[in-house]
Amino acid sequence: MKTATKLLAAAALLSSTAMVNAETLRWARSGDALTLDPHAQNEGPTHTVRHQMYEPLIIRDVTGAFEPALATEWAPSADDPNVWVFKLREGVTFHGGEAFTAEDVVFSFERAQQPNSDMKELIGSITEVRAVDDYTIEMVTDGPNPILPANLTNLFIMDKGWTEANNTVNVQDFEGGEITYATTNVNGTGAYVLQSREPDVKTVMTRNEAYWGRDQFPLAISEIIYTPIQNNATRVAALLSGEVNFLQDMPVQDIARVDSTEGKGVKQAPQNRVIFFGMNQGAADLEADNVEGANPLADVRVRKAMSMAINRDAIQTVVMRGQSQPAGMIAPPFVNGWTAAMDAESTTDIEGAKALMAEAGYADGFSIRLDCPNDRYINDEPICQAAVGMLGQIGITVNLDAIPKAQHFPKITDGKTDFYMLGWGVPTYDSEYIFNFLVHGRESDIGTWNGTGFDNDDLDAKIKSLASNTDLDARNADIAAIWRVIQDEQLYIPIHHQVLNWAMADGLGIDVDPNDQPKVKHFTTD
Amino acid sequence: MLSFMLRRVGQSILVLLVVGLVAFSMFRFVGDPIDNMLGQERTLEDIERLEQQLGLDRPFPVQYLRFLEGAIQGNFGVSYRQGREVSEILLERAPATLELAAVSAVLAILLGIALGVYTAIRRDGFVANFIMSTSLIGVSLPTFLIGILLIYLFSVELNWLPSFGRGEVVDLGGWTTGLLTASGLKSLILPSITLGLYQMTLIMRLVRSEMLEVLRQDYIRFARARGLADRTIHFRHALKNTLVPVVTIIGLQLGAIIAFAIITETVFQWPGMGLLFINAIQFVDIPVMAAYLMLISVMFVAINLIVDILYAFIDPRLRVAGK
Repeated sequence: MKTATKLLAAAALLSSTAMVNAETLRWARSGDALTLDPHAQNEGPTHTVRHQMYEPLIIRDVTGAFEPALATEWAPSADDPNVWVFKLREGVTFHGGEAFTAEDVVFSFERAQQPNSDMKELIGSITEVRAVDDYTIEMVTDGPNPILPANLTNLFIMDKGWTEANNTVNVQDFEGGEITYATTNVNGTGAYVLQSREPDVKTVMTRNEAYWGRDQFPLAISEIIYTPIQNNATRVAALLSGEVNFLQDMPVQDIARVDSTEGKGVKQAPQNRVIFFGMNQGAADLEADNVEGANPLADVRVRKAMSMAINRDAIQTVVMRGQSQPAGMIAPPFVNGWTAAMDAESTTDIEGAKALMAEAGYADGFSIRLDCPNDRYINDEPICQAAVGMLGQIGITVNLDAIPKAQHFPKITDGKTDFYMLGWGVPTYDSEYIFNFLVHGRESDIGTWNGTGFDNDDLDAKIKSLASNTDLDARNADIAAIWRVIQDEQLYIPIHHQVLNWAMADGLGIDVDPNDQPKVKHFTTD
Repeated sequence: MLSFMLRRVGQSILVLLVVGLVAFSMFRFVGDPIDNMLGQERTLEDIERLEQQLGLDRPFPVQYLRFLEGAIQGNFGVSYRQGREVSEILLERAPATLELAAVSAVLAILLGIALGVYTAIRRDGFVANFIMSTSLIGVSLPTFLIGILLIYLFSVELNWLPSFGRGEVVDLGGWTTGLLTASGLKSLILPSITLGLYQMTLIMRLVRSEMLEVLRQDYIRFARARGLADRTIHFRHALKNTLVPVVTIIGLQLGAIIAFAIITETVFQWPGMGLLFINAIQFVDIPVMAAYLMLISVMFVAINLIVDILYAFIDPRLRVAGK
């Protein structure tokens, strides 16, 4: 018994001494990076881990504005509207000591365009990348592309010599189960250097003392230990016990608890993701309703009434515990095309909604099935449950079908749902991205997430023209006009913008990034 | 005897095939893996290309046959989520699960037998009654709750033990072990208690009731009449006869410990096969799910087969050959 007590005391001592080294960032989130190959997977947590070690030409700061990374200046060419010119940063070296030059950029872009690359769609408009001199790059596109830089913020640059020497020029064949040198080794220009990695268990990185931005950024963290912890309760417990000091994917119900714990705090910012309901208005008759021979959702009055029945403030306070921002349009606030006026257009008016329903001939309501994911968005299923009650007030009987995301999303893309929940983030920060996926009529390579059956040829032509319209004022006017149609048609029922929470130990400082991609070089310590 | 064994082996293989078939027919209800594998920017062509590449466009009996064909050659395919060979991932994860299961089993057996004997001998003692009533908690509380409670008490409040992971591990030529480092041993304590608690209470209650039964037998009375020491009677005569059914139960429970490590591994982020399986379900990682389910059913079938054959050796009446 005595030795047991001693052992426990020694254990307690050990764990408390391990906790005083404030320069180590012990970082936990729910999932791990899928691979380290810079071009093999286009996925959030994977990019986040890469961003510590690799760098793209351009990144975004926490307000969504561009920030120079490996490129210092960029502009469309004065001579040719199809060419973008990038000036590269001088004096940058890779972790292995190799100098960074234009040849590495050309090489990396060509690598990212290989068939196995998951990044190829983002740079599909680029026909050629050429080096003018060691520190100037020209990118040729298949037509004028005013928002090309927006597609480059996760496009990482590798060293040509290192990649060739290690025989890893080809992008990893992820689906084929290929392991290459680049999937487990990293040679980037980033602020941190890979030390060790066990997939799904632990990734360790240390500070790159030769980083080009050594004096520009705080770089207060000398070592990063990244551990995925899947279970919400365990993840929060690890933070409370001090085993980790920085937490992403913070469960909403524990925010108050963590915030009130001494020595811990939660920081938040609006996330680049909006949550909304989609309605199938294109079909002549619906599968999931009780109205025969007609589609109630095809009537704009019904769609307006449904939107008016949703009490967004109640969802914010009751379901989300304040962790959301009611929305009136399906664009996050930093996106080009978002306006405060349109984002405030959703109102709650039960009587008005009932009147609209009666006017449309559905005074007695109807019944319909709502398809909802239960493991994708923050409190997705409870939001749908709340909507069931709210729509019931205007006579619409909603049968809720909440299922895992792996079953839910195929329903939307296969057109097997008439009323569904969806969330959308906008990596390019431009409305065109929303229109291409959610508004344009469904074709094989565009409108793929538009499950509403909405198909307006004039609007489609306008959306397509955005891609090559270099007159930014005219382009923005077109964007505003397209939004007006979406709002008037009540194409979707916006619910809210998600709020992002990062929990950390006191003494650590960083601003929350709306894309949920912390860049550790920004961390400060007291 | 030989034909009995052959018949049993044949039945076992049939069971495995049926388990696999049922598992495969369930997979399409788990969801569509394509959606997780391609980003939101994917086009319909991408989806079709990948479906064809993975063979998901074929009916499930065909998929199943293709899986069996590979499995017989030791090839379980490639994980959709990690993009690596499934057999390689399973080998990498197996030590964590087996180590946890072994420690839990040893803990459960030692404590279970010791406490069972104690509560049988001191039947009406205060301590024995206390142990019996608290053991109800072990039987009735769900594993994840016990895990969370232990984490809350020993990690968050007392700060003594780690709440997640395996700590530092040592690689012994392909087998990673946490038994050789201080942080590895510390990390083992909470998960092994969580995983072993149910088995421990089960063994304890079984030992207790068997022991009480045995203590009432005539030969124990005669032993007492002979004036043997209590210690000799309890441990030499009574316990030995108690252990026969206990050993059977322990054998069967070993399989259960490995299979039900899933929940414990999820709560403690223990990087074993159970956690791998949970991740696989969420991602619809069919090759990993299939390989894991087959592995577990092979294990259960093997244990049952061995038990059956052992019974036949012990009890000739069970041999079917004669009749």
